Amino acid sequence: MADILKPLTALGHGAPETVQIGPLRIAERFDVALASLAQRRGQEAAFAKAAAGLGLPLPGAARAEAGPVLAAFWVAPEMWFVEAPFASHEDIVAALKPAFGEAASLTEQTDAWVRFDLSAPDLGPLLERLTNIDWPQAPVGYASRTVIEHLGVYLIRRGAGEATLYGPRSSAASLLHALEVTAASVV
Amino acid sequence: MSQSNRIQGGLIDRSQTFRFSFDGVAYQGHPGDTLASALLANGVCLMGRSFKYHRPRGPLSAGSEEPNALVQLRTGARQEPNTRATVAELFDGLEATSQNAWPSLRFDALAINDRLNTFFTAGFYYKTFMWPAAFWEKVYEPIIRRAAGLGSLTKQEDPDDYDKGFLHCDVLVIGGGPAGLMAALTAGRAGARVILADEDFRLGGRLNAETFAVGEQAGADWAAGVAAELASLPNVRLMPRTTIVGAFDHGIYAAVERVSDHLAVPAAGKPRQTLWRIYSKRAILAGGATERPIAFENNDRPGIMLAGSLRAYANRWGVAVGDRVAVFTNNDDGLRTARDLKGRGVDVVAVIDSRPGGDLLPGIRHLQGAEVIDSAGRLGLTSITVRQANGKTEVISANALAVSGGWNPNVNITSHHRSRPEWRDDIAAFVPGAGGPANLAAAGAAAGDLSTHGALRGGAEAAREALETLGLQAPYSLPQAEDAPIAITPLWYVSGGKGRAWIDPQNDVTVKDVKLAHKENFSSVEHLKRYTTLGMATDQGKTGNVLGLAIMAELTGQSIPATGTTIYRPPYTPVAMGTLAGRSRGKEFKPFRLTPSHKWAEEQGGIFVEVGNWLRLQWLPKPGETTWRESVDREVLATRKSVGICDVTTLGKIDIQGTDAGAFLDKVYANTFSTLAVGKCRYGLMLREDGMVFDDGTTARMGPNEYVMTTTTANAVTVFRHLEYVRQCLFPDMDVQLISTTEAWAQYSVAGPNARKLLQKLVDQDISDAAFPYMGAGNITIGGLRARLFRISFSGELAYEVAVPTRYGDALIRALTEAGREFDAVVYGTEALGVMRIEKGHVAGGELNGQSTALNMGLGKMVSKKKDSIGMVLSQREGMNRAEGYRLVGVKPVDPKGVLQAGSHFLKIGAPPVLESDGGWLTSKVYSPHLGCDIALGYLKAGDQKIGRRMRAVNFLTKTDTEVEIVSPHFFDPEGERLRG
Repeated sequence: MADILKPLTALGHGAPETVQIGPLRIAERFDVALASLAQRRGQEAAFAKAAAGLGLPLPGAARAEAGPVLAAFWVAPEMWFVEAPFASHEDIVAALKPAFGEAASLTEQTDAWVRFDLSAPDLGPLLERLTNIDWPQAPVGYASRTVIEHLGVYLIRRGAGEATLYGPRSSAASLLHALEVTAASVV
Repeated sequence: MSQSNRIQGGLIDRSQTFRFSFDGVAYQGHPGDTLASALLANGVCLMGRSFKYHRPRGPLSAGSEEPNALVQLRTGARQEPNTRATVAELFDGLEATSQNAWPSLRFDALAINDRLNTFFTAGFYYKTFMWPAAFWEKVYEPIIRRAAGLGSLTKQEDPDDYDKGFLHCDVLVIGGGPAGLMAALTAGRAGARVILADEDFRLGGRLNAETFAVGEQAGADWAAGVAAELASLPNVRLMPRTTIVGAFDHGIYAAVERVSDHLAVPAAGKPRQTLWRIYSKRAILAGGATERPIAFENNDRPGIMLAGSLRAYANRWGVAVGDRVAVFTNNDDGLRTARDLKGRGVDVVAVIDSRPGGDLLPGIRHLQGAEVIDSAGRLGLTSITVRQANGKTEVISANALAVSGGWNPNVNITSHHRSRPEWRDDIAAFVPGAGGPANLAAAGAAAGDLSTHGALRGGAEAAREALETLGLQAPYSLPQAEDAPIAITPLWYVSGGKGRAWIDPQNDVTVKDVKLAHKENFSSVEHLKRYTTLGMATDQGKTGNVLGLAIMAELTGQSIPATGTTIYRPPYTPVAMGTLAGRSRGKEFKPFRLTPSHKWAEEQGGIFVEVGNWLRLQWLPKPGETTWRESVDREVLATRKSVGICDVTTLGKIDIQGTDAGAFLDKVYANTFSTLAVGKCRYGLMLREDGMVFDDGTTARMGPNEYVMTTTTANAVTVFRHLEYVRQCLFPDMDVQLISTTEAWAQYSVAGPNARKLLQKLVDQDISDAAFPYMGAGNITIGGLRARLFRISFSGELAYEVAVPTRYGDALIRALTEAGREFDAVVYGTEALGVMRIEKGHVAGGELNGQSTALNMGLGKMVSKKKDSIGMVLSQREGMNRAEGYRLVGVKPVDPKGVLQAGSHFLKIGAPPVLESDGGWLTSKVYSPHLGCDIALGYLKAGDQKIGRRMRAVNFLTKTDTEVEIVSPHFFDPEGERLRG
């Protein structure tokens, strides 16, 4: 498709942006496809079988987990967001639908969100000024919906000093601004 | 004469000198000083004028309870009024000025008020400024505000930033004195997550102001050692300069951290203050106690100070407030001040002890059973008059008087949930009562344990108990410390005088005022407060309240506990508005939402309008257009003539899937959707439970179990929330899954006679009328990219909405405008959108006002009675179905040049403009370039029966009165031939 329609990142550029403020790195990710995956009623077995067949983990509440290709984080009872490489899964619903059939409701979410990967030796001082999540107590693999500067976001702990933030795409610039000014106050 | 009152000792860093100024005069101080201690060290005791009488005032205290020494700090945009000099940390270059005095602090013209004091009694305002009522706002209030003011605002924008944040802990310790330090140490050593917050910049509380030892060390040294150990513990967070200002639900406390107030200017990027929300499992209030004065005549002169504060200035800051100091006390703690001052070489001229008998202080003139009955000195104390036990009066020369009436535990935080404090006779003070915030315990002086040993033990024990409930063991051992018993004989005020004795110096409330309030039957403490202003303003009566209610208790004959206290409310100390606002101000008040075409529209010079958080294109001016109307008229005419493009991404989009998706939609929509064919759209009307219209929009069936709902921009979130409520709470057994896709798809309306031709240039599939008929919907591709197409129209034209994944939205608007070049396609904004929808008679925000029914909108037949849906039953109520009820109508001025205004009311021609004549109102108005005149929609009583009539549209706000014709709301293409074209 790229022949006539050229994509832009959520921040409005041709390529994702990376910002470094002191030890904090904020990296926009443009290479991840996202879909919501909700189990339909009475389809527990078929749903689980399809997920297993895809190597898709189905983590419990407030958890994120990665498989060989696909990763998932919990968003609501019997509902997950699936992450996949954009290059191979641009049409992520088309990629997953054959496996799940009528056992799941799948909706493309790739461009509903801006994704920022945050890294710093200690993200605590930054995140405690942005969200009410108890970051020091959050284990690796923690995933939660929370609010940052009035914006509903998902925050996932990938490692000791690694986090993923999904925020509403239309407010990508506002979210980045909030991250930047807060980072400046803690470096 | 630099620092003439500075004496040896104290916790200041004499190796460094700070320069600062007060009212333009330069002074010197040291790190560790407050503004008050530094001024006192320089012999400056006069720091302000009182609120009402403009009496000269010096500091009463050495802490946050200060009622008198209110000053303005800094200059220019950073100027801050009403700052307590007693807690303002000194920094190099600090500029402070006095307030509420003119022309100068030493000579204040409004001190005339003091001579007129008999007029300014309690309830003065309520009694005096009664007549005429017209003067209240324009005359009296400005005069009163000018005369009785505190500091002034510069009205410049605050240049500083303020952060907000969230902290979590097992144990929050409020206060860093002996109790707080011991609590934090006990909990910290046990491994609990501890936050210790203290309003002071130096941890230690009273230990920094006393001379006695803790264990083998000076108290201040012990405190510093504990603070150092706590700082080394990774599970403990020390927060000096942080005041816990309020207790809220579920163990949540608000804290204000003064990050940069001790600096001239915050470091680059750093906030001035941070407002923290602290989530605690347990909290320990170790906030100490506040000393209270004893009221006697003229007890408000500069140099008359609380005894513990005067002692603190000497011990902590190395300042002798005067060189001839007297002490007036009703308890043993006052004697401690005399001993400490004498120990530091200060001349203690007399101790006036209201209690008869007991041991005499060695080496000091100790007058037992005596009282101070008056004082003298215009701008500072020069002498006191003492009535001795034998009745003899004596004038004693003194330039400082230390007064101690006992100590009030700081129960404030424990009462934020309306728990009432309890009275303890043995210490003559209130202590925390039952029913305070859950999981909050008071310890140390805050709990009424007023000795150092009591504080240490109380803090440790509170921590042990708190941790035990969390499943942790917290053993502790206590250092040795003084454990002197409390010896107090209450004395609230010295009786017998005829003059004024102040109990609340900040508000100039005297014993006489309390007596007058009682006489006039304002004898409940809450009435007392409002009538006299006792306990109001920045100090909230921390030193005066108990005096006032004790005096009221005496007057009413009730006990003090029966008299009770007023309600304590947050904040504990004043909080700047900027701190509460945080970063939410100006352009950062809220986040923006940018549409996929924003970048393109900005490049084209588009004008944007805020729609909620969205910035939508309002119109797109072309060169030569000088008014917005020119641009909008052009956009409308060009769209109707050929084709126009509009970014409609902001409309809410909700993906609804599941085997019960159709049945679910039948519940939430008033009309039926389960029968909608796959590949088709339908306009839907959504009602609230009360039968009023909630929202409208188009919903498409994309598959047997898959629908895409669109909502209005305004209600995108509320509709989604409503659907989730319906799904989870009303119909939990339905197999339905919901997710918002508003942001996932960039969606454009392409409207006008050439819409199809334009789109066909981009869309890979055949979209002829036969292949893609009116109200069709489906998945298509654009150059191979997955996309969606809906043949729906808001403008009344042949129109489509085309959607692509948002990342391609910018490219699509560029592709559409490029492909539209041959058709003279325009991009139109919300103004043109509004014009076309009103020309077409579609309802939107002005009509979807939450108070209108489907019937009002002319859509009554859409409410299906063949099925049950939300709002259907209540929409059948008789009152909502009257023939004379409001109906949507179109409105045109009789004279095409006539002006219509939204909000105008319909009146019959000749009817008087009174409420009884009101026939309804104009909901939305535009200028229609198609019709060449203003047109409007409106709700008119029995409007459907009044088509063709003439009425008046009257607007008292815009002063317009226009004769109008009532017409069909469908101004344009009423048969809908164009949109089916």
